[in-house]
Amino acid sequence: MSGQRYTRTAIALHWLMALLILGLLGVGLTMTALPLSPFKLQVYSWHKWAGVSAFLLVCLRLAWRLGHRPPALPPGMPGWQRHAAHGLHHLLYLLMFAIPLTGWLMSSAKGFQTVWFGVLPLPDLLPRDEALGDLLKRVHAGLNYGLIALLAAHVGAALKHHWIDRDDILVRILPWRGRR
Amino acid sequence: MTRFLPLDIRLALACLPLLAAGGATAAGATYGQVLPERSTLTFVSKQMGVAVDGRFRQFATTLTFDPARPAQGSARFELDMASIDAGSKDANDEVVGKAWFDVRTHPRATFVSSSVKALGGDRYEVAGTLTIKGRALPVTAPFTFRQEGGNAVFAGHFPLRRLDFGIGEGIWSDTSVVANDVQIRFHIVAAPRK
Ligand code: HEM
Ligand code: HEM
Repeated sequence: MSGQRYTRTAIALHWLMALLILGLLGVGLTMTALPLSPFKLQVYSWHKWAGVSAFLLVCLRLAWRLGHRPPALPPGMPGWQRHAAHGLHHLLYLLMFAIPLTGWLMSSAKGFQTVWFGVLPLPDLLPRDEALGDLLKRVHAGLNYGLIALLAAHVGAALKHHWIDRDDILVRILPWRGRR
Repeated sequence: MTRFLPLDIRLALACLPLLAAGGATAAGATYGQVLPERSTLTFVSKQMGVAVDGRFRQFATTLTFDPARPAQGSARFELDMASIDAGSKDANDEVVGKAWFDVRTHPRATFVSSSVKALGGDRYEVAGTLTIKGRALPVTAPFTFRQEGGNAVFAGHFPLRRLDFGIGEGIWSDTSVVANDVQIRFHIVAAPRK
């Protein structure tokens, strides 16, 4: 069991996406409160570009993941914890898809097309519809609050494994090799 | 069938000397009865390189146009600036303000034509004065004229530079976020004058 690590690709994708998503959460939560200004429009565009990038990365990540099993969990781990870990990871993957998708759909419904980095226009999947746009905005926000709650559990569990259970769960996904 | 109209009109023009004797052209009528519910005045602005559609819900058009005598045609538009739909509620609340259209001081924008000329085929060009936010500037707009079910359809578009009219001042004059160029599109349906 010991010495089994996530592959370099898995580690790189995990932390790249973790940084990107934490950044998106921070920007998303602050940008909506900004007074309308050119800066706000800029930040919205950046958020959308980064969000679409996250979506592409999670597609890559999932494609890669389907062909590569993660290292097995330590044998001493109780069954409920295994199930919880798997369930939580599935939900995290689901949200990593659903959140950018609802963002994109919301933008379509609101009549603001998404043009990735100002260069690549994504098709508008929905016609302009204000009520639908508002609904999708609430769904996008709601899913994000869900993600924040799940991440709290995810990070909490990782730290519990590291400091309380003193197993190698956290270390095996860290980019550097810790001692344990 | 509209595809063939240009040809029709060209033929009509070619036959003009002949027909003039009879007092009738193929195009026939003078149009002047604008149908507001079928007419639209829209615009496309660009935000961070992304086209955003907008429109005016309320505007009054008076025009007169006889394809046989385009030079005698004229048009006048009067826009109710408070009826603007700039693409979202936030945007609508913003653009009526001082930095944009300053609707309280300038509730109306107008276009008054000074000349209309034929460009050949079904294409024409109208020139006139556009007044927005109290600033009057000359503009010209090419348009097409088609007959559709007994009515005339005038459709055209022209670019304007918003900063020429002081639309979006202060922080908004940064054109890297909201572009200077705005396309104005009109689609006016008018019945023959009774
Ligand atoms: C993993 C990717 C993403 C994350 C984590 C994320 C996160 C967030 C968060 C936390 C908010 C604030 C919600 C609120 O409290 O109202 C937000 C708002 C927003 N997001 Fe995202 N987002 C992502 C992807 C996208 C994408 C791909 C788009 C569009 C293409 C997008 C468009 C928006 C818009 C337009 C808002 C503002 C809604 C409003 O007007 O209030 N997001 N996002
Ligand atoms: C936006 C932030 C994050 C997301 C979306 C995320 C998502 C995920 C997902 C989906 C997995 C499962 C990988 C797989 O087996 O396919 C995973 C594994 C893991 N994550 Fe995160 N993560 C995030 C941030 C963090 C942070 C900040 C920590 C550390 C405190 C962390 C610690 C771990 C650990 C230790 C594992 C390995 C679990 C195991 O070995 O089974 N993650 N993460």
